[in-house]
Amino acid sequence: MITAGIDCGAKNTKTVIVKDGRIVGRGIVLTGFDQAQAVKESFELALKDAGIARSDLAHVGGTGSGAKSIAEADVKVNDIKAMAAAAHYFFPNARTVVDVGAEEGRAAKCDEKGRVVDFAINEKCAAGAGAFIEAMGRALETPLDQMGPLALSSNHAIPMNAQCTIFAESEVIGLIHAKTEKKDISKAIHDAMASRIVSMIRRIGVNPDIVMIGGVAYNPGFVTAMQRELGVKKIHIPDMPEFAAAAGAAVVAATDGN
Amino acid sequence: MAEEKKPEFWRWEETNWVSPEIKWQDGEFITLGIDVGSVSSQAVVMVDGEFYAYSNMRTGSDSPDSARNALAFALEKTDLTEDNIHYCIGTGYGRVNVPMADRSVTEIACHARGANFIYGPQVRTVLDVGGQDIKAIRCDAKGKVTNFLMNDKCAAGTGRGMEVFADLLSVPIGDVGERSFQVDKEPIAVSSICVVYAKSEATGLLRKGLSVNEVLAAYCSAMADRIYALLERVGVEPEFAITGGMAKNRGVIDRLKRKIGLEPMKTKWDTQLAGAAGAALFGHALCKKGKGKGK
Repeated sequence: MITAGIDCGAKNTKTVIVKDGRIVGRGIVLTGFDQAQAVKESFELALKDAGIARSDLAHVGGTGSGAKSIAEADVKVNDIKAMAAAAHYFFPNARTVVDVGAEEGRAAKCDEKGRVVDFAINEKCAAGAGAFIEAMGRALETPLDQMGPLALSSNHAIPMNAQCTIFAESEVIGLIHAKTEKKDISKAIHDAMASRIVSMIRRIGVNPDIVMIGGVAYNPGFVTAMQRELGVKKIHIPDMPEFAAAAGAAVVAATDGN
Repeated sequence: MAEEKKPEFWRWEETNWVSPEIKWQDGEFITLGIDVGSVSSQAVVMVDGEFYAYSNMRTGSDSPDSARNALAFALEKTDLTEDNIHYCIGTGYGRVNVPMADRSVTEIACHARGANFIYGPQVRTVLDVGGQDIKAIRCDAKGKVTNFLMNDKCAAGTGRGMEVFADLLSVPIGDVGERSFQVDKEPIAVSSICVVYAKSEATGLLRKGLSVNEVLAAYCSAMADRIYALLERVGVEPEFAITGGMAKNRGVIDRLKRKIGLEPMKTKWDTQLAGAAGAALFGHALCKKGKGKGK
């Protein structure tokens, strides 16, 4: 059976094609302002990547904050279910899943079958999502992909008082004026963010194995800070973590679609 | 072509003032209140508990300098010097960094006292919306705090949030209020509380064809909701007064007063002075108890 999963997120729209349990194609485009268009393009890119036609698909799962714009989907998969299914697909021992996207942070507790037992979500505050690191990158005049490595090059912890992205921008500018080293500021930013995300995760309980998906998993500074904050040696991250939720939607479409 | 300096829409006017009537040399006690906020700083000089001189300016990046700068700006048009001051009280977020202060007092206490002075002893509920916080304060006839609630963690509803929006929409911050009412129909408030997300939402609304004024209205409406939520938890007892910079934003205040169903009190004084004024008054009270420095 071949299924597709489409995750229409705040920043990017991702599509994954799964054939008999294996990922055979992927597509990603910026969501922009026209969700339906982004979904169409992302879907077509993935089909092309997999070398299959739309008619080859048994089912299409749709998920993400823009799920209502996914006309192509016959199976609607809620975000939490998609992330738990994704974690279980990549790591069958996953019991705690964290998904930090551009504008939302989520944590789910799941069982040995990948079913959601409990979850926590932040969709209201930018300081608990990728938007925070993006904004701080601008304040530090550092490209996003360098923020993590910069943080890792520091071994000096400084406190960050602001809980809010907007206030943190002012705080960072203040630190720069006080001649604080950028690497130390970057570390403080990642530590603060990890602290917030872990607070959210603790609401549902931390149980190994811990899996992280979503674009922010690419940030080694964030992953390291999370490991430290959680007190664990390893957080499991799938290849191409930004596609994970779409893969989860494809897997759910295969089981729920019939 | 030379690169234009990008205009700073968030920048509001810095002011100072001296009383044309009062002669400080004839006064018994000269007290100074300095309120160093995260966004703005004020210095208020009182002669026997009346406004003599004041300044209102941007805090900048360094707290001790902020206090000194605010004082210098306040004294600029006077022949008064720091030596003539009998008592100085520091307040605000940066109150630990007011080098000339004899004491510091919390901004909650100072705002209540200051509001009692600039609005009158009938005030029982003070809403202070400053640069980075929102405070809802209940007080008695003497300006003493009886209850309060504060948000200083989230930019939504604060001056900083408004500055970010003014910048986003390229509207000078002083024009935001007026322009938010130049709409045919009041739009729905933006749904995001978070300023960062509200910005994305605003960009989306502009793309959908809303005018800048309509987006301003939508944002002011959301900010009024946010402030009201805090205020409601402490309860609004008349008379009701507003201090801090946001009091100057009709776009938020008029929408807020519709929700509360109360007309806020009026004052001729700059609402951003409340904290520093309260501090100067506390200094005056201490001088009357004999704590002031000799002339």
